[in-house]
Amino acid sequence: MGKTLTEKVLGRKAGREVKAGDVVSVSPDYVLSHDNSAAIIQEFRKLGVKKVKAPGKIVIVLDHIVPAADEKYAQNHKTIREFVAEQGIANFFDINAGICHQVLPEQGFALPGSVIVGSDSHTPSYGALGAFAAGIGRTETACTWATDEIWLRVPETMRIDLTGRLGPGVSAKDLSLKLIGDHGAEMANYKAVEFDGPAAGDFSVGARLTLANMSAEMGAKNGYFAPDEKTLRWLEGRARGPFVALASDPDALYESVLAYDLGSLEPQVAVPHSVDNVKPVAEVAGRAVNQVLIGTCTNGRLEDLETAAAILKGRKVAKSVRVLVIPASWEVYREALRSGALAVLVDAGCVILNSGCGPCLGAHEGLLAAGEVCLSTSNRNFRGRMGHRDSEIYLASPATAAASAVTGRITDPRGFL
Amino acid sequence: MSHGIVWKYGDNVNTDVIFPGRYTYQMMPPEEMAKHALEDLDPEFAPKVKPGDVIVAGKNFGSGSSREQAATCLKAAGVQAIVARSFARIYFRNAINIGLPVLQSPEAVDHLEAGDPVDIDLVRGEIRSTRGTFSFSPLPESVLGIIAAGGLIEYTKAKLTVDETEEKKE
Repeated sequence: MGKTLTEKVLGRKAGREVKAGDVVSVSPDYVLSHDNSAAIIQEFRKLGVKKVKAPGKIVIVLDHIVPAADEKYAQNHKTIREFVAEQGIANFFDINAGICHQVLPEQGFALPGSVIVGSDSHTPSYGALGAFAAGIGRTETACTWATDEIWLRVPETMRIDLTGRLGPGVSAKDLSLKLIGDHGAEMANYKAVEFDGPAAGDFSVGARLTLANMSAEMGAKNGYFAPDEKTLRWLEGRARGPFVALASDPDALYESVLAYDLGSLEPQVAVPHSVDNVKPVAEVAGRAVNQVLIGTCTNGRLEDLETAAAILKGRKVAKSVRVLVIPASWEVYREALRSGALAVLVDAGCVILNSGCGPCLGAHEGLLAAGEVCLSTSNRNFRGRMGHRDSEIYLASPATAAASAVTGRITDPRGFL
Repeated sequence: MSHGIVWKYGDNVNTDVIFPGRYTYQMMPPEEMAKHALEDLDPEFAPKVKPGDVIVAGKNFGSGSSREQAATCLKAAGVQAIVARSFARIYFRNAINIGLPVLQSPEAVDHLEAGDPVDIDLVRGEIRSTRGTFSFSPLPESVLGIIAAGGLIEYTKAKLTVDETEEKKE
């Protein structure tokens, strides 16, 4: 019997043959944390050890509230910087780097065949490059800092076979919403999700990051694409070290297989207050919005900003709507400056914010008042997530967000191409 | 074994409504976290919950963010266990790591109602109520070890001390 990518990656780390259901104890390649490192440090101190076991494996990216929005956040950042200096953690990215889930791939940490755990639920993003990457909590991160070891259950794998070609104005985000809408927010709980089929290779690395990122909203432990030529090209000049490109065997055992034809997909929107409450944009078109957010670890990459710029070029955002744009990283920021996308967005009336998580998680930069509605390219629309508990969040693609920015109402982007 | 009453909720109770993002990146002690427990789902919960109470919910409890306070705030509020149809995976790990029992029992979820008095026996794997006794798969021994130690920090601390002692012996 063949093996899935996940079984191979975890087996290689564990130093033995493993299959779904086995529990392995592994030493991860990298352990990610962000602003929550302040809380992790507090837990780490309780363990009674002075030094982290493998400082070179710890990656800390400040991204959640950057720059610090108030003195409490400033103190957290200060605590983290002091710890980084004390422990000799070289892989530290301060407030001018970007969102961890963009920074780790760009900086060459997220490599095919590697094992990455992170104290953030969207850690599965790195599966876009063929890594095994899963989210963990703060206490577990603190213990992994001390022991350089974590136990993981090898997950069963759900394969999603993709065929056909996306139509104009339809993107990876629409596919992810459609999948979650059709099968529910726990469709892949505890499982691995493999994006496969003849059309999988058509997705850019950016689109793969969107899909792997959204696998978290399917409940998945990890989500991934097998590494291919595109992956290897993208990693040129980025990879921090050697890596092994592993893929599932043709006779690997899958827990289930879904099939989707991209050609029949239309723009989707998740309506309040759950990610699996999904409808075609056409069904909710016309709903007035107060704010549009284009960015986050799901959809803040160069191609997302360029999609938005293509729609907003020569147009203005509606007077009734505030449009926030957040490049996912400083690399994206610089590229979007050079490409002219940011100039187009500013001319249209968008507000450009520092690379980071922005208002997505409800801590700063554009929170919502009671009764306000936001259309966002982010990944969660839970009640109260971006502000008041009586505000509403709709999730959609960058194209839908840009079209809606122009009209001030939820709008199908296909009329703007 | 301890007594409490049932607080009942539906499917997909996510970490944002259990512990809102506006508090997530503020450092606060567990007793302070408890004051915000379930704030965006049920504002009545935090002021009224009593030590020993049990949360009973549908599928995918704790979906969403990896924020551990979503488990810590409930434990600090006195919740003795969460019984659900299923748990989101990071929440499951987090709860065990901070020593909060998470029990999967669709049968108990079908029968128990808000306000029911309930007892839980972790070792025997039983949820007892006036509506009947429901079983849950007893947690694996390694997991019970973490809960018994009071959470992963205490568990790891003990393990690190043992490792050190063994190294010295060698």
